[in-house]
Amino acid sequence: MIDAQHVYKTFITPDKRKVEALVDFTLHIDPGEVVVIIGPSGSGKSTFLRCINRLEEIDRGKITVDGQDLHAPKADINKIREEIGMVFQHFNLFPHKTVMENVTLAQEIVRKRKKSEAIEIAEALLKKVGILDKKDVYPSQLSGGQQQRVAIARSLAMQPKVMLFDEATSALDPEMIGEVLDVMKTLAREGMTMVVVTHEMGFAREVADRVIFMDSGKIVETGTPEHFFTNPEHERTKLFLSQIL
Amino acid sequence: MPSRLSLLRQKEPALKFTRRSAITVVVLLVLGYLFYHFFISKGITYTWHWNDIPKYLFYFGKRHPSEPVPSWHMGALMMGLTLTLKISVVSILFAIIIGLIVGIARLSEEPITKFITACYVELIRGTPLLVQIYIIYFFIGTMLRLSAFAAGAAALSIFEGAYVGEIVRAGIQSIHKGQMEAARSLGMSYAQAMRHIILPQALKRIIPPLAGQFISLIKDSSLVSVIALADLTFRAQQAVAQSLDAFEIYFTAAGLYLVMTFTLSMVTQYIERRMAVSD
Repeated sequence: MIDAQHVYKTFITPDKRKVEALVDFTLHIDPGEVVVIIGPSGSGKSTFLRCINRLEEIDRGKITVDGQDLHAPKADINKIREEIGMVFQHFNLFPHKTVMENVTLAQEIVRKRKKSEAIEIAEALLKKVGILDKKDVYPSQLSGGQQQRVAIARSLAMQPKVMLFDEATSALDPEMIGEVLDVMKTLAREGMTMVVVTHEMGFAREVADRVIFMDSGKIVETGTPEHFFTNPEHERTKLFLSQIL
Repeated sequence: MPSRLSLLRQKEPALKFTRRSAITVVVLLVLGYLFYHFFISKGITYTWHWNDIPKYLFYFGKRHPSEPVPSWHMGALMMGLTLTLKISVVSILFAIIIGLIVGIARLSEEPITKFITACYVELIRGTPLLVQIYIIYFFIGTMLRLSAFAAGAAALSIFEGAYVGEIVRAGIQSIHKGQMEAARSLGMSYAQAMRHIILPQALKRIIPPLAGQFISLIKDSSLVSVIALADLTFRAQQAVAQSLDAFEIYFTAAGLYLVMTFTLSMVTQYIERRMAVSD
Protein backbone atom coordinates (compact mmCIF):
# COMPACT_ATOMS: atom_id res chain seq x y z
CA MET A 1 0.00 0.00 0.00
CA ILE A 2 2.81 2.38 0.92
CA ASP A 3 6.29 1.92 -0.38
CA ALA A 4 9.16 4.23 0.46
CA GLN A 5 12.50 3.60 -1.21
CA HIS A 6 15.74 5.28 -0.15
CA VAL A 7 14.08 8.51 0.91
CA TYR A 8 16.23 11.44 1.97
CA LYS A 9 14.92 14.63 3.50
CA THR A 10 16.96 17.49 4.92
CA PHE A 11 15.63 20.57 6.65
CA ILE A 12 17.46 23.84 6.85
CA THR A 13 16.82 25.40 10.22
CA PRO A 14 16.36 29.17 10.53
CA ASP A 15 19.96 29.47 11.72
CA LYS A 16 21.11 27.71 8.53
CA ARG A 17 21.96 24.39 10.10
CA LYS A 18 21.17 21.24 8.15
CA VAL A 19 19.02 18.69 9.90
CA GLU A 20 18.79 15.27 8.32
CA ALA A 21 15.23 14.19 8.99
CA LEU A 22 15.23 11.08 6.82
CA VAL A 23 18.35 9.22 5.74
CA ASP A 24 18.08 6.42 3.18
CA PHE A 25 14.68 5.58 4.59
CA THR A 26 13.09 2.43 3.16
CA LEU A 27 9.80 0.96 4.35
CA HIS A 28 7.04 -1.14 2.86
CA ILE A 29 3.57 -1.26 4.33
CA ASP A 30 0.99 -3.83 3.22
CA PRO A 31 -2.72 -3.15 2.80
CA GLY A 32 -4.56 -3.58 6.09
CA GLU A 33 -1.40 -3.33 8.11
CA VAL A 34 -1.23 -1.19 11.24
CA VAL A 35 2.25 0.23 11.63
CA VAL A 36 3.20 2.19 14.71
CA ILE A 37 6.25 4.41 14.50
CA ILE A 38 7.93 5.36 17.75
CA GLY A 39 11.07 7.23 18.55
CA PRO A 40 12.46 10.30 20.27
CA SER A 41 11.36 13.72 19.05
CA GLY A 42 13.33 14.88 16.06
CA SER A 43 13.86 11.31 14.90
CA GLY A 44 12.01 11.95 11.63
CA LYS A 45 8.84 9.98 12.33
CA SER A 46 6.43 12.87 11.73
CA THR A 47 8.47 13.95 8.73
CA PHE A 48 8.05 10.53 7.15
CA LEU A 49 4.30 10.66 7.77
CA ARG A 50 4.07 14.09 6.15
CA CYS A 51 6.08 12.90 3.17
CA ILE A 52 3.52 10.16 2.51
CA ASN A 53 0.98 12.77 1.39
CA ARG A 54 3.54 15.27 0.22
CA LEU A 55 2.95 17.86 2.89
CA GLU A 56 6.75 17.71 2.87
CA GLU A 57 8.71 17.31 -0.33
CA ILE A 58 11.47 14.73 -0.26
CA ASP A 59 14.98 15.45 -1.53
CA ARG A 60 15.68 12.06 -3.02
CA GLY A 61 14.10 8.62 -3.27
CA LYS A 62 10.68 7.38 -4.20
CA ILE A 63 7.38 6.99 -2.41
CA THR A 64 4.40 5.19 -3.90
CA VAL A 65 0.96 4.98 -2.36
CA ASP A 66 -1.45 2.37 -3.71
CA GLY A 67 0.82 1.95 -6.71
CA GLN A 68 0.94 5.66 -7.55
CA ASP A 69 4.28 7.38 -7.54
CA LEU A 70 3.86 10.62 -5.56
CA HIS A 71 6.53 12.40 -7.54
CA ALA A 72 5.75 11.13 -11.04
CA PRO A 73 5.61 14.09 -13.43
CA LYS A 74 1.95 13.42 -14.15
CA ALA A 75 0.95 12.64 -10.57
CA ASP A 76 -2.13 14.59 -9.47
CA ILE A 77 -1.34 15.10 -5.82
CA ASN A 78 -4.88 16.20 -4.99
CA LYS A 79 -6.25 12.93 -6.38
CA ILE A 80 -3.70 10.91 -4.44
CA ARG A 81 -4.41 12.81 -1.24
CA GLU A 82 -8.10 11.94 -1.50
CA GLU A 83 -7.05 8.38 -0.71
CA ILE A 84 -4.84 9.32 2.24
CA GLY A 85 -6.53 10.49 5.40
CA MET A 86 -4.46 12.45 7.88
CA VAL A 87 -5.12 13.23 11.52
CA PHE A 88 -3.03 15.99 13.06
CA GLN A 89 -1.73 16.53 16.56
CA HIS A 90 -3.64 19.80 16.84
CA PHE A 91 -6.79 18.52 15.08
CA ASN A 92 -6.87 21.43 12.62
CA LEU A 93 -10.64 21.45 12.38
CA PHE A 94 -12.03 24.34 10.38
CA PRO A 95 -13.16 26.73 13.13
CA HIS A 96 -15.59 28.68 10.94
CA LYS A 97 -17.52 25.54 9.99
CA THR A 98 -19.83 23.46 12.16
CA VAL A 99 -18.94 19.86 12.97
CA MET A 100 -21.25 18.69 10.19
CA GLU A 101 -19.78 21.13 7.66
CA ASN A 102 -16.28 20.05 8.65
CA VAL A 103 -17.15 16.49 7.68
CA THR A 104 -19.16 17.26 4.55
CA LEU A 105 -17.16 20.07 2.91
CA ALA A 106 -14.42 18.01 1.28
CA GLN A 107 -16.91 15.31 0.32
CA GLU A 108 -18.85 17.88 -1.65
CA ILE A 109 -16.09 19.90 -3.26
CA VAL A 110 -13.46 17.17 -3.70
CA ARG A 111 -15.44 13.93 -4.00
CA LYS A 112 -18.30 15.84 -5.73
CA ARG A 113 -20.96 14.13 -3.68
CA LYS A 114 -24.45 15.51 -3.40
CA LYS A 115 -25.13 17.37 -0.18
CA SER A 116 -27.70 14.82 0.98
CA GLU A 117 -25.31 11.96 0.36
CA ALA A 118 -22.47 13.77 2.12
CA ILE A 119 -24.68 14.41 5.14
CA GLU A 120 -25.73 10.79 5.27
CA ILE A 121 -22.12 9.61 5.26
CA ALA A 122 -21.17 12.26 7.80
CA GLU A 123 -23.96 11.27 10.16
CA ALA A 124 -22.94 7.62 10.03
CA LEU A 125 -19.31 8.53 10.78
CA LEU A 126 -20.13 11.01 13.53
CA LYS A 127 -22.23 8.31 15.10
CA LYS A 128 -19.36 5.89 14.80
CA VAL A 129 -16.98 8.25 16.63
CA GLY A 130 -19.74 8.96 19.15
CA ILE A 131 -20.30 12.64 18.53
CA LEU A 132 -23.42 12.87 16.40
CA ASP A 133 -25.23 14.92 19.04
CA LYS A 134 -22.71 17.74 18.50
CA LYS A 135 -23.12 17.95 14.75
CA ASP A 136 -24.40 21.52 14.70
CA VAL A 137 -21.91 23.14 17.07
CA TYR A 138 -18.66 24.85 16.16
CA PRO A 139 -15.31 23.23 16.99
CA SER A 140 -14.48 25.84 19.64
CA GLN A 141 -17.30 24.46 21.76
CA LEU A 142 -15.83 20.95 21.82
CA SER A 143 -13.21 19.42 24.08
CA GLY A 144 -9.91 18.32 22.57
CA GLY A 145 -10.94 14.68 22.51
CA GLN A 146 -14.21 15.51 20.80
CA GLN A 147 -12.43 17.69 18.24
CA GLN A 148 -9.98 14.93 17.43
CA ARG A 149 -12.82 12.45 16.93
CA VAL A 150 -14.47 14.89 14.54
CA ALA A 151 -11.14 15.23 12.73
CA ILE A 152 -10.99 11.45 12.35
CA ALA A 153 -14.55 11.40 11.00
CA ARG A 154 -13.63 14.20 8.59
CA SER A 155 -10.78 12.14 7.17
CA LEU A 156 -12.81 8.94 7.05
CA ALA A 157 -15.58 10.69 5.13
CA MET A 158 -13.29 10.76 2.11
CA GLN A 159 -13.18 6.96 2.35
CA PRO A 160 -9.40 6.86 2.18
CA LYS A 161 -7.36 3.72 1.68
CA VAL A 162 -4.75 4.78 4.22
CA MET A 163 -4.99 6.72 7.46
CA LEU A 164 -2.03 8.61 8.88
CA PHE A 165 -2.05 9.63 12.54
CA ASP A 166 0.52 12.26 13.48
CA GLU A 167 0.71 12.17 17.30
CA ALA A 168 -3.07 12.28 17.37
CA THR A 169 -3.28 12.11 21.17
CA SER A 170 -0.24 14.18 22.18
CA ALA A 171 -2.16 17.44 22.58
CA LEU A 172 -4.98 15.92 24.60
CA ASP A 173 -5.69 16.00 28.31
CA PRO A 174 -4.97 12.56 29.77
CA GLU A 175 -8.60 11.70 30.39
CA MET A 176 -9.46 12.26 26.73
CA ILE A 177 -6.75 10.11 25.23
CA GLY A 178 -8.78 6.94 25.76
CA GLU A 179 -11.78 8.03 23.70
CA VAL A 180 -9.59 8.85 20.70
CA LEU A 181 -7.54 5.67 21.01
CA ASP A 182 -10.78 3.67 21.13
CA VAL A 183 -11.82 5.10 17.78
CA MET A 184 -8.39 4.30 16.35
CA LYS A 185 -8.57 0.74 17.68
CA THR A 186 -11.96 0.21 16.07
CA LEU A 187 -10.56 1.41 12.76
CA ALA A 188 -7.60 -0.92 13.04
CA ARG A 189 -9.88 -3.88 13.72
CA GLU A 190 -11.94 -3.03 10.65
CA GLY A 191 -8.86 -3.55 8.52
CA MET A 192 -7.86 0.05 7.73
CA THR A 193 -4.26 0.51 6.67
CA MET A 194 -2.82 2.78 9.32
CA VAL A 195 0.47 4.49 9.98
CA VAL A 196 0.52 5.82 13.50
CA VAL A 197 3.14 8.06 15.03
CA THR A 198 2.52 7.99 18.75
CA HIS A 199 3.93 7.89 22.24
CA GLU A 200 1.11 5.64 23.42
CA MET A 201 2.93 2.39 24.01
CA GLY A 202 -0.24 0.71 25.19
CA PHE A 203 -1.79 1.34 21.79
CA ALA A 204 1.31 0.06 20.02
CA ARG A 205 1.30 -3.11 22.08
CA GLU A 206 -2.39 -3.79 21.63
CA VAL A 207 -3.07 -2.84 18.04
CA ALA A 208 0.12 -2.69 15.98
CA ASP A 209 1.00 -5.37 13.49
CA ARG A 210 4.46 -3.93 13.39
CA VAL A 211 6.35 -1.44 15.50
CA ILE A 212 9.14 0.66 14.04
CA PHE A 213 11.66 2.46 16.17
CA MET A 214 13.30 5.45 14.50
CA ASP A 215 16.23 7.57 15.52
CA SER A 216 18.10 10.27 13.58
CA GLY A 217 16.11 9.70 10.41
CA LYS A 218 16.74 5.96 10.25
CA ILE A 219 14.92 2.83 11.23
CA VAL A 220 16.79 1.38 14.17
CA GLU A 221 14.63 -1.61 14.83
CA THR A 222 11.43 -3.10 13.53
CA GLY A 223 9.35 -6.01 14.74
CA THR A 224 6.14 -7.20 16.32
CA PRO A 225 4.95 -5.45 19.47
CA GLU A 226 5.78 -8.58 21.40
CA HIS A 227 9.37 -8.54 20.23
CA PHE A 228 9.63 -4.86 21.03
CA PHE A 229 8.28 -4.84 24.50
CA THR A 230 9.78 -8.13 25.67
CA ASN A 231 13.26 -8.31 24.17
CA PRO A 232 14.34 -5.38 22.02
CA GLU A 233 17.73 -5.95 20.43
CA HIS A 234 19.36 -2.55 20.07
CA GLU A 235 20.78 -0.59 22.93
CA ARG A 236 19.18 2.59 21.59
CA THR A 237 15.75 0.97 21.59
CA LYS A 238 16.23 -0.37 25.11
CA LEU A 239 17.26 3.04 26.34
CA PHE A 240 14.29 4.74 24.70
CA LEU A 241 11.79 2.21 26.01
CA SER A 242 13.25 2.32 29.50
CA GLN A 243 12.82 6.08 29.50
CA ILE A 244 9.18 6.14 28.48
CA LEU A 245 7.72 2.95 29.95
CA MET B 1 -8.35 24.29 20.67
CA PRO B 2 -9.77 27.44 22.24
CA SER B 3 -9.58 30.48 20.08
CA ARG B 4 -6.70 32.74 21.01
CA LEU B 5 -9.10 35.63 20.94
CA SER B 6 -11.49 34.14 23.45
CA LEU B 7 -9.45 35.53 26.32
CA LEU B 8 -9.92 39.01 24.97
CA ARG B 9 -13.62 38.61 24.55
CA GLN B 10 -14.53 38.53 28.19
CA LYS B 11 -17.50 40.66 28.92
CA GLU B 12 -16.53 44.28 29.23
CA PRO B 13 -17.35 45.74 32.63
CA ALA B 14 -20.21 48.24 32.62
CA LEU B 15 -19.04 51.86 32.53
CA LYS B 16 -19.10 53.47 35.94
CA PHE B 17 -19.07 57.17 36.75
CA THR B 18 -16.54 57.81 39.45
CA ARG B 19 -14.86 60.79 41.06
CA ARG B 20 -12.37 60.71 38.23
CA SER B 21 -15.20 61.33 35.76
CA ALA B 22 -16.23 64.41 37.73
CA ILE B 23 -12.67 65.76 37.69
CA THR B 24 -12.49 65.16 33.93
CA VAL B 25 -15.66 67.13 33.39
CA VAL B 26 -14.36 70.06 35.44
CA VAL B 27 -11.05 70.10 33.54
CA LEU B 28 -12.86 70.04 30.19
CA LEU B 29 -15.11 72.92 31.24
CA VAL B 30 -12.14 75.02 32.28
CA LEU B 31 -10.29 74.28 29.02
CA GLY B 32 -13.43 75.11 27.06
CA TYR B 33 -13.81 78.45 28.79
CA LEU B 34 -10.15 79.35 28.25
CA PHE B 35 -10.45 78.47 24.57
CA TYR B 36 -13.51 80.69 24.23
CA HIS B 37 -11.92 83.50 26.19
CA PHE B 38 -8.65 83.66 24.27
CA PHE B 39 -9.68 82.68 20.77
CA ILE B 40 -13.35 82.86 19.95
CA SER B 41 -14.45 85.94 21.84
CA LYS B 42 -11.47 88.07 20.78
CA GLY B 43 -11.15 86.68 17.29
CA ILE B 44 -13.30 87.37 14.35
CA THR B 45 -16.82 88.59 14.34
CA TYR B 46 -18.83 86.29 12.17
CA THR B 47 -22.51 86.30 11.45
CA TRP B 48 -23.81 82.80 11.04
CA HIS B 49 -26.12 82.15 8.12
CA TRP B 50 -27.35 78.67 8.93
CA ASN B 51 -30.66 79.38 7.22
CA ASP B 52 -28.78 79.47 3.89
CA ILE B 53 -27.77 75.85 4.27
CA PRO B 54 -30.97 73.85 3.63
CA LYS B 55 -31.11 74.95 0.02
CA TYR B 56 -27.78 73.29 -0.58
CA LEU B 57 -29.32 70.03 0.56
CA PHE B 58 -32.81 70.14 -0.96
CA TYR B 59 -34.81 72.92 -2.49
CA PHE B 60 -38.21 73.45 -4.02
CA GLY B 61 -38.19 75.25 -7.30
CA LYS B 62 -37.15 75.06 -10.93
CA ARG B 63 -33.75 73.66 -11.81
CA HIS B 64 -33.99 75.49 -15.09
CA PRO B 65 -36.37 78.25 -16.27
CA SER B 66 -37.73 75.94 -18.94
CA GLU B 67 -39.20 73.51 -16.37
CA PRO B 68 -43.00 73.87 -16.42
CA VAL B 69 -43.72 73.44 -12.69
CA PRO B 70 -41.44 73.75 -9.69
CA SER B 71 -40.66 70.60 -7.71
CA TRP B 72 -38.24 69.24 -5.09
CA HIS B 73 -34.61 68.92 -6.20
CA MET B 74 -31.34 67.93 -4.65
CA GLY B 75 -29.17 70.88 -3.75
CA ALA B 76 -25.50 71.18 -4.61
CA LEU B 77 -24.20 69.42 -1.53
CA MET B 78 -26.55 66.46 -1.92
CA MET B 79 -25.54 66.10 -5.56
CA GLY B 80 -21.93 66.14 -4.42
CA LEU B 81 -22.72 63.55 -1.77
CA THR B 82 -24.27 61.29 -4.42
CA LEU B 83 -21.15 61.44 -6.54
CA THR B 84 -18.90 60.83 -3.54
CA LEU B 85 -21.01 57.79 -2.65
CA LYS B 86 -20.89 56.48 -6.20
CA ILE B 87 -17.16 56.85 -6.61
CA SER B 88 -16.56 55.40 -3.14
CA VAL B 89 -18.70 52.31 -3.72
CA VAL B 90 -17.11 51.63 -7.11
CA SER B 91 -13.62 52.15 -5.71
CA ILE B 92 -14.27 49.95 -2.67
CA LEU B 93 -15.40 47.10 -4.92
CA PHE B 94 -12.36 47.38 -7.17
CA ALA B 95 -10.04 47.87 -4.19
CA ILE B 96 -11.32 44.58 -2.75
CA ILE B 97 -10.70 42.77 -6.05
CA ILE B 98 -7.23 44.26 -6.45
CA GLY B 99 -6.46 43.68 -2.78
CA LEU B 100 -7.42 40.00 -2.90
CA ILE B 101 -5.31 39.37 -5.97
CA VAL B 102 -2.33 41.32 -4.63
CA GLY B 103 -2.60 39.83 -1.15
CA ILE B 104 -2.57 36.27 -2.47
CA ALA B 105 0.05 37.01 -5.13
CA ARG B 106 2.43 38.47 -2.56
CA LEU B 107 2.41 35.12 -0.79
CA SER B 108 3.17 33.27 -4.02
CA GLU B 109 6.32 31.19 -4.18
CA GLU B 110 6.79 32.30 -7.76
CA PRO B 111 9.46 35.04 -7.61
CA ILE B 112 8.27 37.20 -10.53
CA THR B 113 4.67 37.41 -9.30
CA LYS B 114 5.95 38.20 -5.85
CA PHE B 115 8.32 40.87 -7.13
CA ILE B 116 5.76 42.60 -9.34
CA THR B 117 3.13 42.78 -6.61
CA ALA B 118 5.69 43.95 -4.06
CA CYS B 119 6.71 46.72 -6.47
CA TYR B 120 3.09 47.72 -6.95
CA VAL B 121 2.52 48.00 -3.23
CA GLU B 122 5.71 49.97 -2.57
CA LEU B 123 5.19 52.29 -5.53
CA ILE B 124 1.58 53.10 -4.69
CA ARG B 125 2.09 53.44 -0.96
CA GLY B 126 5.19 55.53 -1.44
CA THR B 127 3.67 58.27 -3.60
CA PRO B 128 0.89 60.74 -2.74
CA LEU B 129 -2.63 59.99 -3.89
CA LEU B 130 -2.97 63.52 -5.24
CA VAL B 131 -0.02 62.98 -7.58
CA GLN B 132 -1.41 59.61 -8.65
CA ILE B 133 -4.77 61.20 -9.47
CA TYR B 134 -3.04 63.78 -11.67
CA ILE B 135 -0.96 61.13 -13.42
CA ILE B 136 -3.91 58.85 -14.05
CA TYR B 137 -6.21 61.65 -15.18
CA PHE B 138 -3.85 63.71 -17.33
CA PHE B 139 -1.56 61.01 -18.65
CA ILE B 140 -3.25 57.61 -18.67
CA GLY B 141 -6.72 59.15 -18.85
CA THR B 142 -5.81 61.12 -21.94
CA MET B 143 -4.26 58.12 -23.66
CA LEU B 144 -7.21 55.85 -22.92
CA ARG B 145 -9.81 58.61 -23.19
CA LEU B 146 -11.09 57.98 -19.67
CA SER B 147 -13.83 60.14 -18.23
CA ALA B 148 -12.97 62.09 -15.10
CA PHE B 149 -15.12 59.69 -13.10
CA ALA B 150 -13.35 56.61 -14.50
CA ALA B 151 -9.95 58.19 -13.90
CA GLY B 152 -10.88 59.22 -10.36
CA ALA B 153 -12.32 55.79 -9.52
CA ALA B 154 -9.29 54.07 -11.07
CA ALA B 155 -6.87 56.20 -9.06
CA LEU B 156 -8.74 55.55 -5.81
CA SER B 157 -9.06 51.79 -6.48
CA ILE B 158 -5.40 51.41 -7.36
CA PHE B 159 -4.32 53.44 -4.35
CA GLU B 160 -6.52 51.72 -1.79
CA GLY B 161 -5.98 48.31 -3.45
CA ALA B 162 -2.34 48.43 -2.37
CA TYR B 163 -3.33 48.91 1.26
CA VAL B 164 -6.10 46.33 1.07
CA GLY B 165 -3.57 43.91 -0.44
CA GLU B 166 -1.32 44.29 2.59
CA ILE B 167 -4.27 43.79 4.92
CA VAL B 168 -5.34 40.66 3.03
CA ARG B 169 -1.78 39.31 3.09
CA ALA B 170 -1.50 39.85 6.84
CA GLY B 171 -4.89 38.21 7.31
CA ILE B 172 -3.92 35.11 5.35
CA GLN B 173 -0.60 34.85 7.16
CA SER B 174 -2.37 35.04 10.51
CA ILE B 175 -4.23 31.78 9.79
CA HIS B 176 -2.38 28.83 11.26
CA LYS B 177 -0.63 26.77 8.58
CA GLY B 178 -2.33 23.65 9.94
CA GLN B 179 -5.53 24.89 8.32
CA MET B 180 -4.00 24.81 4.86
CA GLU B 181 -2.40 21.43 5.58
CA ALA B 182 -5.69 19.96 6.78
CA ALA B 183 -7.51 21.25 3.72
CA ARG B 184 -4.83 20.01 1.32
CA SER B 185 -4.64 16.62 3.05
CA LEU B 186 -8.34 16.18 2.29
CA GLY B 187 -7.55 16.55 -1.40
CA MET B 188 -8.56 20.18 -1.83
CA SER B 189 -6.60 22.17 -4.38
CA TYR B 190 -4.76 25.32 -3.29
CA ALA B 191 -7.57 27.44 -4.74
CA GLN B 192 -10.30 25.43 -3.02
CA ALA B 193 -8.47 25.60 0.29
CA MET B 194 -8.04 29.36 -0.11
CA ARG B 195 -11.66 29.93 -1.00
CA HIS B 196 -13.35 27.66 1.53
CA ILE B 197 -10.91 27.53 4.43
CA ILE B 198 -8.30 30.29 4.53
CA LEU B 199 -10.04 33.37 3.13
CA PRO B 200 -13.25 33.09 5.16
CA GLN B 201 -11.22 32.91 8.37
CA ALA B 202 -8.84 35.64 7.25
CA LEU B 203 -11.75 37.87 6.25
CA LYS B 204 -13.20 37.68 9.72
CA ARG B 205 -9.92 38.89 11.20
CA ILE B 206 -9.33 41.68 8.71
CA ILE B 207 -12.75 43.30 8.92
CA PRO B 208 -11.64 45.95 11.46
CA PRO B 209 -8.59 47.14 9.47
CA LEU B 210 -10.57 46.89 6.22
CA ALA B 211 -13.28 49.09 7.68
CA GLY B 212 -10.63 51.64 8.61
CA GLN B 213 -9.24 51.49 5.09
CA PHE B 214 -12.64 52.03 3.48
CA ILE B 215 -13.38 54.93 5.80
CA SER B 216 -10.07 56.39 4.62
CA LEU B 217 -11.15 55.80 1.05
CA ILE B 218 -14.36 57.77 1.51
CA LYS B 219 -12.38 60.69 2.91
CA ASP B 220 -9.59 60.36 0.33
CA SER B 221 -12.23 60.56 -2.39
CA SER B 222 -12.41 64.30 -1.64
CA LEU B 223 -9.13 64.61 -3.55
CA VAL B 224 -10.86 63.79 -6.85
CA SER B 225 -12.32 67.30 -6.70
CA VAL B 226 -8.99 68.41 -8.22
CA ILE B 227 -9.90 66.82 -11.55
CA ALA B 228 -13.19 68.73 -11.62
CA LEU B 229 -15.28 65.80 -10.46
CA ALA B 230 -18.27 67.39 -8.74
CA ASP B 231 -18.02 65.46 -5.50
CA LEU B 232 -19.02 66.70 -2.08
CA THR B 233 -15.82 68.67 -1.53
CA PHE B 234 -15.96 70.22 -5.00
CA ARG B 235 -19.59 71.25 -4.55
CA ALA B 236 -18.80 72.67 -1.13
CA GLN B 237 -15.96 74.77 -2.56
CA GLN B 238 -18.27 76.06 -5.27
CA ALA B 239 -21.02 76.87 -2.80
CA VAL B 240 -18.57 78.75 -0.60
CA ALA B 241 -17.32 80.75 -3.57
CA GLN B 242 -20.89 81.66 -4.37
CA SER B 243 -22.27 82.42 -0.90
CA LEU B 244 -19.19 83.08 1.25
CA ASP B 245 -20.80 80.99 4.01
CA ALA B 246 -17.53 79.14 4.43
CA PHE B 247 -18.01 77.90 7.98
CA GLU B 248 -21.56 76.70 7.58
CA ILE B 249 -20.95 74.93 4.30
CA TYR B 250 -17.70 73.24 5.30
CA PHE B 251 -19.24 72.18 8.61
CA THR B 252 -22.18 70.72 6.71
CA ALA B 253 -19.90 68.95 4.24
CA ALA B 254 -17.86 67.53 7.11
CA GLY B 255 -21.09 66.38 8.74
CA LEU B 256 -22.13 64.61 5.55
CA TYR B 257 -18.76 62.83 5.34
CA LEU B 258 -19.22 61.82 8.95
CA VAL B 259 -22.65 60.38 8.19
CA MET B 260 -21.14 58.17 5.47
CA THR B 261 -18.13 57.02 7.47
CA PHE B 262 -20.13 56.44 10.63
CA THR B 263 -22.70 54.38 8.73
CA LEU B 264 -19.91 52.25 7.28
CA SER B 265 -18.45 51.87 10.74
CA MET B 266 -21.78 50.67 12.13
CA VAL B 267 -22.31 48.25 9.25
CA THR B 268 -18.91 46.65 9.79
CA GLN B 269 -19.50 46.33 13.52
CA TYR B 270 -22.74 44.56 12.74
CA ILE B 271 -20.97 42.20 10.32
CA GLU B 272 -18.26 41.55 12.92
CA ARG B 273 -20.85 40.55 15.50
CA ARG B 274 -22.61 38.32 12.99
CA MET B 275 -19.37 36.53 12.14
CA ALA B 276 -18.49 35.95 15.78
CA VAL B 277 -20.95 33.04 16.10
CA SER B 278 -18.28 30.38 15.49
CA ASP B 279 -15.93 31.69 18.19
